[in-house]
Amino acid sequence: MNLTEQLVALQIVVPLLSAPVVALLRPRWLAWAATTAASATAFAIAIAIALGVREGRAFGYQMGSWPAPYGIELAVDPFSAVLLLIITGASTFALLGGRLSVDTQIEQQRQPLFYAAWLLGLAGLAGIAASADAFNIFVFMEISSLASYVLIAGGPDRRALPSVFKYLIMGTVGATFYLIGVGLIYMMTGTLNLADMELRIHEVGDQSPILVAAGFITVGLALKAAVFPLHAWLPNAYTYAPHAVTVFLAACATKVALYILLRFDFVVFQQNLIGHDVKFSYFLMPLAVLAILVASGMAAFERNLKRLLAYSSVAQIGYIMLGASLVNHAGLTASIVHIFNHSLAKGTLFLAVACLAMRLDSLRLDGIAGAARNMPWTMAAFVVGGLSLIGIPGTAGFISKWYLIAAVLGEGPLGFLLVAAIVISSLLAVVYVWRVVETAYFQSPPDGAVPAREAPPEMLILTWTAALLNVYFGFASDLPLSLSSAASALLMGHLP
Amino acid sequence: MIIVFAVFLLTLLVITAVAVVRTENLFVAVMLMAIFSLLMAANFFILDAADVALTEAAVGAGVTTVIFLGALALTAEKERSRLTGRGLALGVVAVTVLVLIYATFDKPRLGDPEAPVHQHVAPWYLEQTPELIGIPNVVTAVLASYRGYDTLGEVFVVFAACIGVLFLLGAPPPKRTTPRPAATSGLRHHLVPQVVGRLLVPFIVLFGLYVQFHGEYGPGGGFQAGAIIATGLILHALLEGEKASIRAIPRGALFGMVVGGALLYGFVGVLGMLLGGNFLDYSVLHSDPVKGQQYGIIAIEAGVGIAVCGALMSIFHAFAARD
Amino acid sequence: MELLGHYNYWVFAVALMIGFYAVIARGNLIKKLLGLSIFQSAVFLMYITMDKVEGGTAPIIQPGVPDQIYSNPLPQVLILTAIVVGVSTTALGLAVVVRIKETYGSIEEHEIYEADQPS
Repeated sequence: MNLTEQLVALQIVVPLLSAPVVALLRPRWLAWAATTAASATAFAIAIAIALGVREGRAFGYQMGSWPAPYGIELAVDPFSAVLLLIITGASTFALLGGRLSVDTQIEQQRQPLFYAAWLLGLAGLAGIAASADAFNIFVFMEISSLASYVLIAGGPDRRALPSVFKYLIMGTVGATFYLIGVGLIYMMTGTLNLADMELRIHEVGDQSPILVAAGFITVGLALKAAVFPLHAWLPNAYTYAPHAVTVFLAACATKVALYILLRFDFVVFQQNLIGHDVKFSYFLMPLAVLAILVASGMAAFERNLKRLLAYSSVAQIGYIMLGASLVNHAGLTASIVHIFNHSLAKGTLFLAVACLAMRLDSLRLDGIAGAARNMPWTMAAFVVGGLSLIGIPGTAGFISKWYLIAAVLGEGPLGFLLVAAIVISSLLAVVYVWRVVETAYFQSPPDGAVPAREAPPEMLILTWTAALLNVYFGFASDLPLSLSSAASALLMGHLP
Repeated sequence: MIIVFAVFLLTLLVITAVAVVRTENLFVAVMLMAIFSLLMAANFFILDAADVALTEAAVGAGVTTVIFLGALALTAEKERSRLTGRGLALGVVAVTVLVLIYATFDKPRLGDPEAPVHQHVAPWYLEQTPELIGIPNVVTAVLASYRGYDTLGEVFVVFAACIGVLFLLGAPPPKRTTPRPAATSGLRHHLVPQVVGRLLVPFIVLFGLYVQFHGEYGPGGGFQAGAIIATGLILHALLEGEKASIRAIPRGALFGMVVGGALLYGFVGVLGMLLGGNFLDYSVLHSDPVKGQQYGIIAIEAGVGIAVCGALMSIFHAFAARD
Repeated sequence: MELLGHYNYWVFAVALMIGFYAVIARGNLIKKLLGLSIFQSAVFLMYITMDKVEGGTAPIIQPGVPDQIYSNPLPQVLILTAIVVGVSTTALGLAVVVRIKETYGSIEEHEIYEADQPS
């Protein structure tokens, strides 16, 4: 067997088939070790694929050796390669840094099941990113969704349960909408393969079912991606999830839904519906701007640290949508770079939060007052992540903001308004990051509180690695930029 | 004649759905839901989808109902009527229905042989299957081989649900103030269900096995068989009580079935890779590709059947044993 | 068949909306899940409606009947998969509801919401 040819399949098969094994492993550290090994293997495969893609190699795979469109096809292009890197990387970092955090939050005997669900989540998300078949995407979306419901429900706070229920309802409605959309396209084209769909949809005379399909798929995936105003499930789900799970999901889960949305809109619909690019912009641009402003504003007033960061995530999804809604090469490149950079920044921040949670009782702002005195390393990593989130030069976040603003300015008068929105939102980001920093550094700890110790070294090492990656990609942004630019060229290449 | 019947069934379907939503007694709602699923299965049958009808009847009307009842026993039977955001709901629903009806005007009519779905991909399956795979049931061929990767994903969805339910209901239950009425003895003291049910169980399991091993030739396959056998075993548990059922097949064994079934499927896929093909390529399993396909399909259908049966039973026990 | 026209699609749309309405408007969590089941089942009906061919039969090849028309196997396969996804989601949802009942003592949305408001 030729390993390079099988890489794409192994990317999914390794975590998927490890899951049942992990569910049986006792004691718990063995389950953790097996999960981490599977996740790290997947990460290594993703790096190999990304490097191959950068050299212009195409990764296609025919499941069961059946030719598409009769069988299911996997295809990795630069866009999916970026996603695979983020998914497997976030999972590996969260597992390595989150072991102790999981130990404190989940009972021992339930941990093997928890880790099995983790691997299913990883395999599901990777499966979506690698798939080139509309229905197969649905199946892996459901694997990843069910697994994430389980992971979030592991949170010790009782409010995790209603949050999960809400997420389950909204997620299922979203997935079913997607299924309706795919059904309508299938009805008019007779195929499920995305590339084949693109070709055959030309021949469809009646556009109304396709138009309706576009609507259903967009709304369904927007629900999954928590695009404003369909983000209602996200803040509580992220807040009450176990801390390690928040690191993993916040870095990649919504972005995978955005990825399919962009893929459908650019590859399948854009050139086939008359004036679709205009409608797409008119529809998504206001939503993106609202998301950027409203969610940043919500974050600025939020008093719970995790929910504050969750609202910030909703705003960042707005940035990604804004770049895409420009429908040009520069805008899309900015979007895709931001998908990568935001994962880094949010991953770092939530890792730091997991460190704080190891030593503090409450993650409300008054609970972390004075935390920097006792946990200087943790808070310093938080500051680095925060700077990257705001977009200070020298961090990864700066690169994507820079590209986004450059892309937006190309839009003429409208561009200045959009830049104003970005600047206001960045100022709001300064406000909410500063509130955390101010509380942790300059306020005194609550009276009578036991002085906390610094977080365990194992977690700090991982958090700092993530923080330094923010700085590294702030200077050496070649890899994400070249991949994103290629991905953007690819998507734009489908336009007439 | 069949058209009149179809219209009648579809209308009944809508009426049942309205009744499910309107009734405030959740027990009644769940029972109506089972009828809804049966009507749906009958519709599928009229539309020539025998495999789907079988699955909907076993899974929708059978297993889902039992799981709902298990959950009702642990929660509440009455809904305390309170509508939230009714205006919003009506608005959203009205918009969606109008959009959908707008889309129907350009849809091909029911049964139109010129419809695009009958021109592309599907004819290839119907033409090539006898030659490439050599089994009569094309649905099984597509399910297990052409789109076998979807089916693998499917088994893992069931696996995810199973570990999810075990994970959630594996948490220590809160202390109860009032002891739950002893329902664990089952229907042992009811003579008629006891006698009739006992007679039924072996036949249901036998039918399940038939559906499993006959899936290449007639309607059936792993999902249907797994669900049917699980229904039979659940009936056994209801008759003899929870404890007797767990004594017969311990929970560890059930979970072992889920893991074993999923791994069997995955193993067949990896074997294809090791023998020089792609993942889930069965033709390399034997020197004759057609034989290889058939061996592969039998193996993965067995994996699916074992995993689904084990998962549904595990889920049932997780609800039934919680108190 | 001409008479029927799009009746199946209309029933799909109406059943879909009945389920969707229950999901949004009903406060009882189990009722929401029942609504979700109806919502998903309606989509199954849409897919299966596509597979029907006039004069066709179930796609099980009968040797010796060369001109037999068969219905489309692909939507059937997709829906077999989707049915199992549906039951998986429902089971997981019910497990969450059972835990909610145990921790909050209620399965009504507004009571759960009120229980978490700081008083």
